[in-house]
Amino acid sequence: MTARTNVLGVDWRTRGHAGWWAFALHRVSGVALTLFLPAHFWALGQALTGEAALSGFLAWTDQPLVRASEIALVFLLAAHLAGGVRLLFVEFRGWRAGWQPSLIAAVVGIATVCALSFALNLA
Amino acid sequence: MPTDSLAARVWRTDIAGAGAFVSYVVPRSPSQTVLEVVTYIQRRLDPTLAYRFACRVGMCGSCAMTVNGKARWTCRTHVQAVARDGVLEIAPLANLPVVRDLVTDMREFFDKWARAKGHLTPTTTRHDPLARVAPDSDKRRAVDAGIECIGCGVCYASCDVVRWNPRYLGPAALNRAWTLVNDVRDGGNRERLGAVAGDAGCHACHTQQTCTERCPKHLTPTAAIAGLKRLTALAALRGELP
Repeated sequence: MTARTNVLGVDWRTRGHAGWWAFALHRVSGVALTLFLPAHFWALGQALTGEAALSGFLAWTDQPLVRASEIALVFLLAAHLAGGVRLLFVEFRGWRAGWQPSLIAAVVGIATVCALSFALNLA
Repeated sequence: MPTDSLAARVWRTDIAGAGAFVSYVVPRSPSQTVLEVVTYIQRRLDPTLAYRFACRVGMCGSCAMTVNGKARWTCRTHVQAVARDGVLEIAPLANLPVVRDLVTDMREFFDKWARAKGHLTPTTTRHDPLARVAPDSDKRRAVDAGIECIGCGVCYASCDVVRWNPRYLGPAALNRAWTLVNDVRDGGNRERLGAVAGDAGCHACHTQQTCTERCPKHLTPTAAIAGLKRLTALAALRGELP
């Protein structure tokens, strides 16, 4: 007998459903926020070294690419928060499968509204 | 290719265990199932093809395979529903060792049921009166929601956590544990909760819900695993885990 598992490798066709993509979004947003937070605290820490250092950094954040990254970050933060609430209901209230695509769509909707509101505020 | 035939790509292994897809042309028939396609190939085209089935009516759970990328029970899967452009790709279940062609070794799958304490621990003997369980009680309803599992392995083969952590007990074994946790006749919950609380147990689940998405019996292993997460957490707080 040959004891070989997963001879065909990862098959993405079995992952093509809302629950898996919600997991992926939650994981990506979680990792992104983990990387962002130290940078955020470093930026706030610039205030301790004087007004010029903080102002210099804030001027740097006016670049279009940094602004676009901030909008994406707000989207990920909102998605992680709303997705986390969804998970809490699944795990603590035992919410069943039938509602999940609607709940996941709502998570993406909330995140999009938050990101667009932030973008309008920047303009 | 005429539309009254089907191109079936079937995973075949050689004596050394190496595998590849081999193409067969199979005639279409009304209400044809994937299992009928595999059977046609074995009986008419190549008798060396190895596959497993028994009941053919969705009860025994032995004919599950990967059909066009997704684990399915082949006896109840119509070709019409899954064959895009008349092409069918049939492979063994993922996350299990391949014995030959489409046959997987299910030992690890069922060993995990035993590891999850998936057997009743009786609290009475045959001399005691039968237990009376109200059909509309919460616990009986929780058992009902998960008890129809046929052990086909579709959820196990679809689970990313099993792929990433081969020791993970998997959705079917945890679903079985949950039905016993809610069985008022059972006396083994302390050991059972201990068995499903470890690194390879319920807390490893990432709630991707592919098991629930793919279960041919429309069970919700995700809800069962969530229930075990709650109970094991409570038991840990109370210092009741062995």
